[in-house]
Amino acid sequence: MSVLVFADSSEGKFKKTAFEVVSYGKKVAEQIGSSMTTLTINGGDASELHTYGAEKVLEVKEGSLSSFNAKSYAAIISQAAATQNADLVIIDSSVDGLTVASLVAVAMDAGYASNVVDLPSNTSPFTVKRKAFSNKGFNHTIISTEKKVVGVAKNSYGAHENPVSGSAESFSATIPAMGVKSESVSKASGTVTIADADVVVSAGRGLKGPENWGMVEELADVLGAATACSKPVSDLGWRPHSEHVGQTGKPVASNLYIAIGISGAIQHLAGINASKVKVVINTDPEAPFFKAADYGIVGDAFEVVPQLIEKLKDFKAQNS
Amino acid sequence: MKILVCISHVPDTTSKINFTDNDTKFDTNGVQFVINPYDEFSLTRAMWFKEKQGAAVTVVNVGNATTEPTLRKALAIGADDAIRVNTEATDGFLVAKELAAIVKEGGYDLILAGKESADYNGQMVPGMLASLVDFNFVNGCVGVEVDGSSATLTREIDGGEEKVSSTLPLVVAGQKGIVEEKDLRIPNMRGIMMARKKPLQVVEPSGATATTHSQSFEKPAAKGAVSLVENVDDLIRLLHNEAKVI
Repeated sequence: MSVLVFADSSEGKFKKTAFEVVSYGKKVAEQIGSSMTTLTINGGDASELHTYGAEKVLEVKEGSLSSFNAKSYAAIISQAAATQNADLVIIDSSVDGLTVASLVAVAMDAGYASNVVDLPSNTSPFTVKRKAFSNKGFNHTIISTEKKVVGVAKNSYGAHENPVSGSAESFSATIPAMGVKSESVSKASGTVTIADADVVVSAGRGLKGPENWGMVEELADVLGAATACSKPVSDLGWRPHSEHVGQTGKPVASNLYIAIGISGAIQHLAGINASKVKVVINTDPEAPFFKAADYGIVGDAFEVVPQLIEKLKDFKAQNS
Repeated sequence: MKILVCISHVPDTTSKINFTDNDTKFDTNGVQFVINPYDEFSLTRAMWFKEKQGAAVTVVNVGNATTEPTLRKALAIGADDAIRVNTEATDGFLVAKELAAIVKEGGYDLILAGKESADYNGQMVPGMLASLVDFNFVNGCVGVEVDGSSATLTREIDGGEEKVSSTLPLVVAGQKGIVEEKDLRIPNMRGIMMARKKPLQVVEPSGATATTHSQSFEKPAAKGAVSLVENVDDLIRLLHNEAKVI
């Protein structure tokens, strides 16, 4: 059973999750005593993948796929799996990865488990641990089909450097009619996305109004963080919907999540509790978020946040 | 236009999660089940198509009889009729295959679902369904308009949005944005009364087999109490030395 990993990219640059799935695939291939092939579509330089243990890289360069297309990507991945005799396909949890994985599973008639947080606990039967009930539990799932698709949750297994000498060869696939046509893409440039961020700075109604977000943005800037907000804030129109994190908003699985003036409703926590370290700044010591947090400051955001910005600037200056 | 809305029956987010039988079963005792919140956004968009463009709206769920109150709620919100496929939804692929059988029978133009379910957040079923019936698929949809046999849509991507177009038939996996939170509907008494009389058809499964099986559940390790710190110097020190995140 050989392993195929799809390393996703955007605008010719590998996503952080690409290195995570390569690291994961490498370990699983070792577990089952097999080899791993890594597939890229209009991706970055294969040497970046060699750093994480990818020896054999297949590169698809296809001008017609300047933006993601579900049908085409699924066709390429399943054709690559067939030529490599790969029975196990590993895909990341980026928006594209989650979209294409279900199509690949059907094309291969493979059992599929998504949101997998760790290496298989057993390879026969093939058993993986996946998130369940908004991170309030985990399910140990057996994939019982011969062919399998595993979707690896963001920032869970992590990326692990494992430099190897590798090769890259071009791969050509038969690409079907696209079906869904991309008309235009709009992306905020120069800012860190919530999906990719190691640190997320998030604020809630405690900030009293949209005019007070300057300090949130400045704190995010000092930390190289993405900015986010609670649901009421996006519903009130203080911040764009794209910043809403929590259930029904964007999920966050960052290393550090800083919540300013957010009380911590269950729906909010359900979306952010995959973050590793949570810091809460709130005037109300009874705010439910304190129960879910690792570190907390009971205090007024308008005093604490400006101090934090100044002290972090000093800290960064000393530690850079 | 014929619309099919796929509805999942999930524990309310505020539910306490417990497991029984040596952690092999989810304990439904005291758990309130609701329409999956992601599906509710798509259902509400279907209501818009019904009211503005005269669409017929059917809702479907794959599940045993305990899910019927959830389908009745969808009827009370305004769907015309409901289908329940009488089998346990144990596996995403199984659910997608059962839904595919319904779609092939029904001649639907637009299939609306939620992007993911609030219990496993797997994002598995809509894409699998689209693939099985060979319909186009748009995931993470935050806007959809239909004009005749073509649709224009907006979908969320990492760091932005993409506008796409497609012909019908089409599977759309929606999320907040396909309608706004304030547009979600709470069934009124008239809707609830009418829902009792609307057709709810129970169909037997096509016999799809599960490709995955639950072995056991596990709760996350208990979290330690919060460390309350007095000032930002201590916070920075702890984040650097102890948590090692800055």
